[in-house]
Amino acid sequence: MVKEGSWVEVHRIVLEPGERAPQVPEDTKKVPLEMRVKGYLNDDAGMGDEVEITTAVGRVVSGKLTAVNPPYDHGFGEPIPELISIGREVKKIIGKEGDMRRRGR
Amino acid sequence: MSAADMGYDAVMAKKGEVMKSSVGIDYDAFKTGPVSFDYEGMMTKTGYDLERVFEIQSETAVGNTPLVELKNITALVRAVSNPGKGGRIFVKDEAQNPSGSFKDRRASVSIYEAWKKGYPGVSAATSGNYGAAVASQAAKKGLPAIIVQEAFDGRGIAQPEIAEKTRACEAYGAEVIRLSVGPELFYVFLLILIETGYFNASLYTPFSVLGIETLGFEVAKEIKEREGRFPDVVVATHAGGGNVTGTGRGLIKAGASDTKLVAASVDLSGLHMASDTDFNRKSFTTGHTGFGIPFATWPDRADVPKNAARPLRYMDRFVTVTQGEVFYITQALAELEGMERGPAGNTSLAAAFAVAREMGEDEIVVVQETEYTGAGKHPIAQLNLAKRMGIEVRRGNPKENVPGVRIVIPEDPSQIKAVDVDLERLRKSYYKNALESIEDREKITDDEIRFLAEDTKTTPDCVREAVGLK
Repeated sequence: MVKEGSWVEVHRIVLEPGERAPQVPEDTKKVPLEMRVKGYLNDDAGMGDEVEITTAVGRVVSGKLTAVNPPYDHGFGEPIPELISIGREVKKIIGKEGDMRRRGR
Repeated sequence: MSAADMGYDAVMAKKGEVMKSSVGIDYDAFKTGPVSFDYEGMMTKTGYDLERVFEIQSETAVGNTPLVELKNITALVRAVSNPGKGGRIFVKDEAQNPSGSFKDRRASVSIYEAWKKGYPGVSAATSGNYGAAVASQAAKKGLPAIIVQEAFDGRGIAQPEIAEKTRACEAYGAEVIRLSVGPELFYVFLLILIETGYFNASLYTPFSVLGIETLGFEVAKEIKEREGRFPDVVVATHAGGGNVTGTGRGLIKAGASDTKLVAASVDLSGLHMASDTDFNRKSFTTGHTGFGIPFATWPDRADVPKNAARPLRYMDRFVTVTQGEVFYITQALAELEGMERGPAGNTSLAAAFAVAREMGEDEIVVVQETEYTGAGKHPIAQLNLAKRMGIEVRRGNPKENVPGVRIVIPEDPSQIKAVDVDLERLRKSYYKNALESIEDREKITDDEIRFLAEDTKTTPDCVREAVGLK
């Protein structure tokens, strides 16, 4: 059970595949237009229930309850080997790498 | 309103009236012919001149960003240029604006207008820095903001750069509506404007473009004060056209009419901007040809009836660079200048690097923006997504770059090239779009021809020739 007042995300289908705009390419026509919005849960509910939320600006939005306190999980990830050596290369080209070594970096 | 009135076709049919009430501009008042309209009249009669824009922006800490000479990047340019060649590169550090990009300039005037006119809130359809700028400026004025984003693909995979923008907008207290891929985002945006009566902080109103004039003006004035002359070249990242337009207008207002304005976009040719599968096969969500070409060849495709961003009026040259070249220069900027910025804002820096190689050592090129960087919005995040999507990432000659298939990071700075887009071809394409509604070419008046010439920075004779009237 998710408590009223919890910070949650709801999901809704805005347009089904058959309702997509005529100009969208074929691959996009095959999938629905989906919407995700966050807000405070208006009433106690279970995951997957049709619920109403009140958003940050006070708008009431309905949809399927899909997440509670949804995380920001975007990050950096692993360092990129193709980028790592660029700094060293360009410093060498302009002669700064040598300067730094002489200064006992 | 009944459910039937809120369907896709019904809502799209209301576009005109919704736009009129949500931006408060009567565009019909500026119409002078089937194609032509009083552009300067539209820009000046909105009630804000350059001085007023400076005042509005200083109230919310926007603008007056540092102008930084990139001496080590310039040294790198000269190391790979012919003797005597290698212009001095300066950058306007727009990342120092409140929400981290030049978009605060665009948002500031719109939010001021919304506040002054008593709108209950503001909304914008944008997945980029502009959303954070609107949310930030709205927060300063105590106005609620709703940002509508195209954020994830049909598999639910979010574009990391946009995920970061979601977080930033929410940090400023905005409601963010995240949508899957598709141009019907505009339908959802209209629904929101109808439901809320909020101001449409469109990227394409005069308010938005007037806000950027201060950037061009500052660049010209500051270089003149420091170096005793105007910059020879200014490079601006180009997408929807506002950046090029506002910067060009600001340069002219500062008296730098001879400064060459170069528009730069990341080459994403071959990728469809409305394709669900292509959505996460690109590493740049703005500043790319997917916006840069269509908005140059038909500005009035925007959400407002007449677009205030008309890039062909101001650009002297239009070049493309590859994703890998921008990532390379982003890394070089961090390690040579101690400035971790971008990556999208560095599109113009990559282009400036190539352009500076053709310039004399005493000449000056200014890159007119940087943008903040961070989780998701960083070359590491973008390249990790690319690899996850099966895109090949390797060092090599950027000529081998294929958008959506292979990202090639240069092996040497001498490989960074600015590839010219044929402006004549763009102009012709623009005329074709503009004149679509006029069946009989002989009926095109001189006034219409003059407008087309002004709108594409050319002469009436050139327009007549290009459209086959000569």
